[in-house]
Amino acid sequence: MQTEPVLHSDAPDCVLQVDTKNVSLILEHADPRLRIIAAIIWSVIVVSLNSFPALLFALGLSLLVLCLARLPWRMTLGRMLAMDGFIVFMLVILPFTMPGDVVFSIGPLDASLQGFDKAGKIAIKANASILMVLVLVGSLDASKFGHALARLRVPENFVHLLLFTIRYIDVLHDEYKRSRLAMKARGFRSGSNMHSYRTFGYLVGMILVRSMERSERILMAMKCRGFQGRLYVLDQLKWRLPDSYLAAILLCVCLMPLIVELVHVRAL
Amino acid sequence: MSGLFRLENIHFSWPGRDAVLCGANMQLDAGERVCMTGYNGAGKSTLLHIMVGLLKPSSGKVIAFGHHRQKEADFFEVRRRVGLVFQDADDQLFCPTVAEDVAFGPLNCGKSRDQALAIVGKVLLDLGIAHFRDRVTHKLSGGEKRLVSLATVLAMEPDVLLLDEPTTALDERATQRLIEIVQQLPQAMVIISHDRHFRRQVATRSISLIDGVLDGPEAT
Repeated sequence: MQTEPVLHSDAPDCVLQVDTKNVSLILEHADPRLRIIAAIIWSVIVVSLNSFPALLFALGLSLLVLCLARLPWRMTLGRMLAMDGFIVFMLVILPFTMPGDVVFSIGPLDASLQGFDKAGKIAIKANASILMVLVLVGSLDASKFGHALARLRVPENFVHLLLFTIRYIDVLHDEYKRSRLAMKARGFRSGSNMHSYRTFGYLVGMILVRSMERSERILMAMKCRGFQGRLYVLDQLKWRLPDSYLAAILLCVCLMPLIVELVHVRAL
Repeated sequence: MSGLFRLENIHFSWPGRDAVLCGANMQLDAGERVCMTGYNGAGKSTLLHIMVGLLKPSSGKVIAFGHHRQKEADFFEVRRRVGLVFQDADDQLFCPTVAEDVAFGPLNCGKSRDQALAIVGKVLLDLGIAHFRDRVTHKLSGGEKRLVSLATVLAMEPDVLLLDEPTTALDERATQRLIEIVQQLPQAMVIISHDRHFRRQVATRSISLIDGVLDGPEAT
């Protein structure tokens, strides 16, 4: 299910080669708030779909937008697979836990048709929505994303938590890499033995302690600049005319699977 | 304005360890650039932190801008008028972009958004790093981070600068640039530095922290 659409994706890429540059540019200049809201609306609609044709249509549409946006599709699909890793266990279990018409049995376990149906739908829903989120939100740079959230009235504490995390995750990762390197330089090779476990324990503990100390130093530095508990978001986002056009287009895209669903239901 | 800072008989010890400062005295006057040296762990950074009230001495007096400062609230004004540049720029720069980081101090001092942005523009221009404005802070190089840290405290228009090993991890060119900038700044400064070349270029006076006491001044 995940590999097949990838093959399809090559086709539109060739046909629409001329336009793709513009699409990625339009997205880049679009108001980040619009991108976040569009991704949310899309996800809500996709999750509420119920028929396979509409779901497959939505997945196809996501892939088309992915191609149009000219994201590195290998990386994007890689991220999608990472998300699939989280749900794959549930998908495998689902046919065996849902009661219904038995398709086959493994020992005492019966796999039901309804279970397969459900698992398939969940897989498509998850992938169709995550793809659109990756295209619309995943390509935003972190600070823009944080600011857009702040402007969307997401509580400031969450936004700043996010921004601090983004800011310091690299610093922590560097510290981790330095320590790992220093371990290697002294001949450490990890294996499954007590020495390795203890060493990794020290490493994690040391990183925790260092982060703690760093956070204290950061707070001191902030205090030195008059910090009294308030943080500020500087940039002001402006909604411009092209954003309205893009909003209309994205809304149409979001509504298309719904229409397919309605047509399909009526045809039945 | 003379006698910006006076430390009298400062004692300090970390819990469970021997005293680091035992009776340190220091005076900082306008126009001075005092370089402080001392062994690792001698308490140089501790002394700077005490000056802005981040640490509380176990005994002794901190007199800043003519007033005896004791409580946390006493130090709000001090911190506004003193720019402390931390040793590790990653501690100092926490905002996503350079502009926001530089604006953080002025905004805390009650400046409006537009005033803060005007200050950002001016400070970055003065330091010759106007093009960094929208760069992401954690992607700057070591030397760039150092200049931006300096910009973040200069944006508060301080009367005194405290620099904690400003040349650490800087290459020769970045160090040279920093020397030129420091020489042109009007603020009185206390600089911790192990870099002899740097000290020779910028110091008006040198002191050294030995066994918890400040020695000097020696004219340079």
